[in-house]
Amino acid sequence: MATRDEITAGLAEILEEVAGVNPDDVAEGKSFTEDLDVDSLSMVEVVVAAEEKFGVKIPDEEVQNLKTVGDAVDYILKAQA
Amino acid sequence: MTVDVVVTGIGATTPLGGDAASTWDAMVAGRSGVSALTQEWAQQLPVRIAGQLAVDPAQQVDRVQARRLDRCEQAALVAAREAWADSGLADSDVDRERLGVVIGTGIGGALTLLAQDDILEASGPRRVSPHTIPMLMPNGSAANVGLELQARAGVHSPVSACATGAESMVWALDMLRAGRADIVVAGGTEAVVHPLPMAAFASMRAMSTRNDDPERASRPWDTARDGFVLGEGSGVVVLERADHARARGARVYARLAGAGMTSDGYDIVQPHPEGDGAVRAIAAALRDAGVDRRDVMHVNAHATSTPVGDIAEIKALHRALGEHAVLTSTKSMTGHLLGAAGAVESIATILAVYHGVIPPTINLEDPDPELDLDVATHKARHVEVPAALNNSFGFGGHNAALVFTRA
Repeated sequence: MATRDEITAGLAEILEEVAGVNPDDVAEGKSFTEDLDVDSLSMVEVVVAAEEKFGVKIPDEEVQNLKTVGDAVDYILKAQA
Repeated sequence: MTVDVVVTGIGATTPLGGDAASTWDAMVAGRSGVSALTQEWAQQLPVRIAGQLAVDPAQQVDRVQARRLDRCEQAALVAAREAWADSGLADSDVDRERLGVVIGTGIGGALTLLAQDDILEASGPRRVSPHTIPMLMPNGSAANVGLELQARAGVHSPVSACATGAESMVWALDMLRAGRADIVVAGGTEAVVHPLPMAAFASMRAMSTRNDDPERASRPWDTARDGFVLGEGSGVVVLERADHARARGARVYARLAGAGMTSDGYDIVQPHPEGDGAVRAIAAALRDAGVDRRDVMHVNAHATSTPVGDIAEIKALHRALGEHAVLTSTKSMTGHLLGAAGAVESIATILAVYHGVIPPTINLEDPDPELDLDVATHKARHVEVPAALNNSFGFGGHNAALVFTRA
């Protein structure tokens, strides 16, 4: 079970790998599309990589609700439980 | 009044070098870019040699971009960036609505298709990359170059196997003449050095199996030739209306004076034995260019090192041109770049006109008795080249001939 901070750090790693986002820019309040410039195809990659990393399922219908890094952290924390 | 079209920029990445200058230097020096494939996957193949890119294009684009581009798209982007910088247009105020792109490929993103199929089989459909389609679509290279240059006059991708790179030049010429653009970035790209395409070409018995002597495997017109050697790479040129180029004081390498395209209607892979479609393409190109055949002093031939094709082209050149021109096959050094061949060879032809230097055909040690035309053999030939012809032919019976003249 990953902690809140570990999940944020894990997402930062994924975002750097698939979308070239500077890990220092990744924080819970940041929007994937508006602040971090993650396009829709890259968002799919981020979700799939996060599923693998944290051993959770993130259904497609949930993805549209994950506007910010914090939203994703909340969802993964809940899904791990 | 036809529109005069000139070449103002060139870029390439090939088995001979990571840019046009190093590629040209290696051609003039007569170096081979063919080597043994040391990768484990190659060891079971009947053909274990290829012209692999001298510089990995993934290292020439940024890391995240490399993830989203097939290798053929990476190569096209590298070549296009070089051509664009070389043209001097990067520093000028370009009307993007008058800028077009024509970059084709013979096969397209096969490496992506095969890699993603492996992922599908091993890990299931959700693991298949969302970038797969833009990476494998044959228009992907043109689209990515168009995106980077913000080209808005039209982005096109001819697909005609090994005639593709030359056909791109023809489409670009047509765009400029029809007034749909002032500048067109044109070329071809290919990167399919992978076990499946290699096994498939080998199954056609189209490839050289001289595995123990890679540098001497591509030997156009030589009696001991036994098929082509696969190569990978990209060539891109900037074509521009002459008045547009003149107005901005651009350096001009050559004119693209005319072009001819025909189809054989004869066989899916064999060329017409008398080179009938090639003769008609060359004649059409000369007519279109308004160039007398006697002024064509040089031919960059298609000559892939296959037993039938090399001689069919010789017969065609006899009929269409006569006997005075100096021929070469730069494929003896690069291998056969498929959809990029016509573009990289256009660059070789353009530079032959510009510098008055014809790169040699290497490995032509024992000429086929049916070769009765002058070939620049072993060493580069220094001669004035007022006009030159570049031939490209593709599986499917596609023939494209381009006439470049001195500016």
